[in-house]
Amino acid sequence: MDNLGYVLAVLAIMFIITFSLRALPFALLKPLRESRFVLTMAVWMPVGVLAVLAAVTFADAAHGGSSHLVKALVAGVVTVVVHLGCGRRTLLSVGSGTLTYVVLINFF
Amino acid sequence: MHAVRSEIRHGVTLSLAAGLGLFPLGVAFGLLVHQAGFPWWLAPAMSVAGFAGSLELLMVGLISAGTPLLTIALTTFLVNFRHVFYSFSFPLHVVPNPLAKVYSVYAMIDEAYAVTAAQPQGWTGRRLLAMQFSFHLYWIVGGLVGVLAGSLLPAPIAGLEFALCALFITLTLDAARSRAQVPSLLLAAASSAVAYLVIPDSALFVALLLFVFLLVLRFLLAVRSGRFGSSARDSGVV
Repeated sequence: MDNLGYVLAVLAIMFIITFSLRALPFALLKPLRESRFVLTMAVWMPVGVLAVLAAVTFADAAHGGSSHLVKALVAGVVTVVVHLGCGRRTLLSVGSGTLTYVVLINFF
Repeated sequence: MHAVRSEIRHGVTLSLAAGLGLFPLGVAFGLLVHQAGFPWWLAPAMSVAGFAGSLELLMVGLISAGTPLLTIALTTFLVNFRHVFYSFSFPLHVVPNPLAKVYSVYAMIDEAYAVTAAQPQGWTGRRLLAMQFSFHLYWIVGGLVGVLAGSLLPAPIAGLEFALCALFITLTLDAARSRAQVPSLLLAAASSAVAYLVIPDSALFVALLLFVFLLVLRFLLAVRSGRFGSSARDSGVV
């Protein structure tokens, strides 16, 4: 791998930020627990960040012409329908959505 | 000695249900690492550096695209920000040894938090650590199995990367169970759309930043309109 330095930098960033986010609150528990801003963000943020990630990864999958867009749309709908229709079993919904996309990409 | 073993066994037992989800996801992660053309060790290296499943899956694509480090940092911060709130109820106090405490904090993944939140009483240090270490093992071994499976396949599976999108779709659906989440969802959708139209090359960075900015704005508006039932001064903006 010719970009080893870059990969090591990414790993270091992942470690430092992830660990800090998990560890810092234990040190600052009281002010954080009393901050209305932090508590409000706790309620508002997760769903939106996940939605942005879903949108961005979807756009990546849909990239490359209208046929890709249709395939990604079908796979996305399959994921949603299976998730809501079969008791929110993540593995099942992710599996069927991914399988749909892989089949559409390879055979159509 | 018997008590120690029984506590460890109890912790491992508690890890099994969530492990059924972690292991296959780890395999998918390993497969993606292999298909992106990275050496096998990157899968375990990522699982040690930032033990956080969805972030690692996301990073495979970001690293292969040579994403700027600032975007990597912001993405890591926002994707893992939820962990800040886990500490409010995570039973870290049952772990006496300082080094073990550090590991327990480091390995405070969604699944570990979820199991302790569902069952808040009766934790011991050994039980908690045994469960967290089991999760870590499922994830690392899953990743290695994925890399190995990838190297045995005659050709890469085109389209496998959709697993990440499907995962985020299901996580969004699970997080958006009440009507109170609709404003955040709309702001997120608007942020993503604007980011794509304006700067498609760094859509992730722009969308996340815009979303957080809009949330802060929404918070300030809510404070000003007295939605929190108090003045702005003691609203606790940090």
